[in-house]
Amino acid sequence: MQNNIDSSLYPTTNGVGDFVRSMLSAQSAELVNNVLAIIAILMVVALSPVVLIWLERKVAAHFQARLGPMRVGWHGMLQPMADGIKLIFKEVLKPEGADSFIFFLAPILPATASFLVLTVIPFDHHLQVTDLPAGVLYVIAVSGLGVMGVLLAGWSSNNKYSLLGAMRSGAQMISYEISLAFLMLLIVLLSGTASLREIVFSQQGTVMDWWIFKFPVFGFIAFVLFLISSTAELNRGPFDIAEAESELTGGFSTEYSGISFAMFFLAEFVNMFVAAALTTTFFLGGFLSPQFGIAPLDQVLNMVPGFIWFFLKSYVVIFIFMWFRWTFPRPRVDQLMDLEWKILLPLNLLIMITGGIFVGMGWV
Amino acid sequence: MSQYLIIAFSIFLGAIFVGCAIIASLLLAFRTPDSRRKVQAYECAEDPLGTARIQFKVGYYIFALLFLVFDIESLFLFPCLKIFRSVTENPTDLVNPSVLFIELGVFVVILFTGLIYAWKKGVLKWE
Repeated sequence: MQNNIDSSLYPTTNGVGDFVRSMLSAQSAELVNNVLAIIAILMVVALSPVVLIWLERKVAAHFQARLGPMRVGWHGMLQPMADGIKLIFKEVLKPEGADSFIFFLAPILPATASFLVLTVIPFDHHLQVTDLPAGVLYVIAVSGLGVMGVLLAGWSSNNKYSLLGAMRSGAQMISYEISLAFLMLLIVLLSGTASLREIVFSQQGTVMDWWIFKFPVFGFIAFVLFLISSTAELNRGPFDIAEAESELTGGFSTEYSGISFAMFFLAEFVNMFVAAALTTTFFLGGFLSPQFGIAPLDQVLNMVPGFIWFFLKSYVVIFIFMWFRWTFPRPRVDQLMDLEWKILLPLNLLIMITGGIFVGMGWV
Repeated sequence: MSQYLIIAFSIFLGAIFVGCAIIASLLLAFRTPDSRRKVQAYECAEDPLGTARIQFKVGYYIFALLFLVFDIESLFLFPCLKIFRSVTENPTDLVNPSVLFIELGVFVVILFTGLIYAWKKGVLKWE
């Protein structure tokens, strides 16, 4: 799991990992630790949609001054579970003339891709499946796989709504992916490293050392751009034109039912968590506890484990995504494309040049 | 290298996770016999009209091409951006920060010109 650890840089160790290392030989301990880490991430993948779907419905309900799900479990906590079990028991329909191989392959791709991004995200000092030296490049590459699933699903369904919905989603997702890639590269420029863990460590210090504040004004602009691009990349409201129910029925997933549909749904919510986790890693100091330069307060904050800070920050970002959805009206498809190509992309290039000047002059 | 093996292993585990869910559903789900209505493609309760693989706007294709250009640009920028900070901190005779910055600037400006060209040509217009 961890190679060449510099003990001064990584002071805390992982209890579980150390226990395994003390019990087994070095070789098998590493293998066991890797498997444990991957299983932990699988649990995140399996459980975060359950929490997020509940949160989504509750937040939406309270924004509209109603209660949302209340019946199943405490305040409807078990509602997503019940829905999931229902979907497993539903029949998977294959429409006439659909390309069956691609039709059943398509939902697997986005679900696996969202899982793959999680493998490089540092949840805590020692809670990361693997830390790739070119982690950012890996994230850009793997998150692009989701688009494939959408396009394959739309094309193989043999349905006009699916095809049009998939084309719209595809065009939207690839457009905003460029923005996301440039913003990630901006962080690479600022921190001088492409490994996600080192990016987190480049933000050590007080809250003002997080990249959102450390790169004055432009850091905050970049953060906002990252949120906007992530929302569009996730096909979430207000940028959900691809599956605007009133226009295109259900977008690319029109013909999907049962577990195949559940896989798209799962991927959507895991991707939401991934986007929030990436925002946290790049701009909000990842698993580092917020420090304010007041010694007693900082010590108390430091006592809380890193992964709790990580999830706390991620869920704040997720709340912002949900807030977006119920605040802004849906733009038209041409406005959406204009926003990316005529506003966000030039702005990104500008911020990139500014970042170059700041780093070159030694200001950040 | 072992890091990439772990990634390969997680691809495998991730696919198994999804595959298990699908197999579980195949075993558990209720089935009804296929009828003509049941397998018909959904078209708002009408009989589907013509083929579903219709011709669509060429605009999507052009956006895909533009995406390719900028995605590869980001790939080319990556190594330059990665070393920028370390070069600034200890410049060598071979690479020094001002040369690197000018190269970066020229590269970005050329691509930005490309974007403006596409814009003026009306490629970005969505009708």
